[in-house]
Amino acid sequence: MPAKIIVLTSGKGGVGKTTSAAAVAAGLAMRGHKTVVIDFDVGLRNLDLIMGCERRVVFDFINVINGDAKLNQALIRDKRNDNLYIFPTSQTRDKDALKRDGVERVLDELKDSFDYIICDSPAGIEHGAITALYFADVAVIVTNPEVSSVRDSDRIIGILASKSRRAEHNLDPVEIHLLLTRYSPDRVEKGEMLTIDDVKEILSIPLLGVVPESESVLRASNTGTPVVFDEGSPAGQAYLDAVARLLGEPRELRFLRPERRGFFRSLFGRA
Amino acid sequence: MAASLVQGAVFTVMVVRAGMLRDAAFEAELAEQISRSPRFFLNAPVVLDLRNAQAFASAAEFAEARELLRRHTLMLVGIQNALPAQAEAAAAAGLAAFAPNSTGPRRVRPAAEPMAVTEPTAVSAAPPQTAAPAPAPPAAQSASGPQPALDRAPVKARLISQPVRSGTQIYARGTDLVVTAAVSAGAEIVADGNIHVYGPLRGRALAGAAGDTEARIFCRRFEAELVAIAGRYLVSEQMPPQQRGLAVEIALVDDRLTITPN
Repeated sequence: MPAKIIVLTSGKGGVGKTTSAAAVAAGLAMRGHKTVVIDFDVGLRNLDLIMGCERRVVFDFINVINGDAKLNQALIRDKRNDNLYIFPTSQTRDKDALKRDGVERVLDELKDSFDYIICDSPAGIEHGAITALYFADVAVIVTNPEVSSVRDSDRIIGILASKSRRAEHNLDPVEIHLLLTRYSPDRVEKGEMLTIDDVKEILSIPLLGVVPESESVLRASNTGTPVVFDEGSPAGQAYLDAVARLLGEPRELRFLRPERRGFFRSLFGRA
Repeated sequence: MAASLVQGAVFTVMVVRAGMLRDAAFEAELAEQISRSPRFFLNAPVVLDLRNAQAFASAAEFAEARELLRRHTLMLVGIQNALPAQAEAAAAAGLAAFAPNSTGPRRVRPAAEPMAVTEPTAVSAAPPQTAAPAPAPPAAQSASGPQPALDRAPVKARLISQPVRSGTQIYARGTDLVVTAAVSAGAEIVADGNIHVYGPLRGRALAGAAGDTEARIFCRRFEAELVAIAGRYLVSEQMPPQQRGLAVEIALVDDRLTITPN
């Protein structure tokens, strides 16, 4: 099977892209797939922290793009799972250092030795985010159940459909999935959050998973452990379910409560 | 910037064949036809087709033709299919030169046909492939003779079957726009003609963008941020909340945007 390039993107910042990229990459590795996760957020290097390898970074993505270092000098193998590699980015450079042909060359090289290449996109819709999604075969749209996040996701889906390599070369379109994160059933019940159906209705893309708002996510970030390694936590299990669905295995949605009248409806029902 | 100074637009203009003007019966026939729908012909622009017309070699003759048409409330604005000398004379008389019809040579009408006076044609300042949404003028419909066959293919509406995502703009130039999917908040759909949306309309919809006050917007679920027809607009704050989510038709009535559930 040729390597698949999966981008995690959202438009909006702070919705959980890096956490999700780390969790999905670790989940795929746990399922036996050789996986590398690349940090595209040049200048705001975070992935290494979430993955707990920040003290092992010597060379980075930009060094390899510029030919200053070899791929195997920059790739960091995860200590917990042999199938998992981290490709950190530069903290001192900015997004302009992401040259499209350089990125393409590096991705092509990675394709030879990995099953999955996970791209952790920066926020926004500028050069960094566009470069992160450009080469994607699959896009996971990380969205929080609130209106601004949903609107930004909608925007990024439009960009995937028009500016990705697949769109520009008239290939099969990028496969797009919705990953709803920071979902709080309690707040949904109170009408303070959009329901899953509201978000699905607006974005009209298939749902890959729903990750509940959870203490374990914060704890995982602070300790540099992808949340899927905390297999007992609801968030970890929700991510593993999402990974299973990504691999084509059907899984029931979990950690939700039955929903009632949607926030969106009540919003528009009022004057 | 030149791009914003020069804008293309497409108009429907009547064409009168030059030979007709010399026909004694023409004026009477023209007057009769105009009397049937005077409002339609009031100050209507006319293009003179000079194909096979040997006369009209001086500015004075064009001035004469202009006078004749003016008596019948029509305005001669230009010529087409002119010989070089004719074109020069027309320019001297202040008439514009229109490109010949893109459909090639016109059909020769049988002499017996009474209605050879007017015929809609698209006169375009834009590239010729963007033909006008030319409705047949009422005159052609009320004609006593056989209906002239359309000598142009009908203008196709622009059809969009993918969701129109936030931040995307779609413009149906010179025609209608049909969207069979959702139009997201933050998206903008624009048409010179009508707009039809079969998914929820949550973004902005602007019909009659080139000034057509007859254009309308139809949608199955009305949750728009803004709707506009021929420059008149309403933002969602000004829209009656009880109409949100309904199937509606939006039209310009007495220069006011009117939203009618249907």
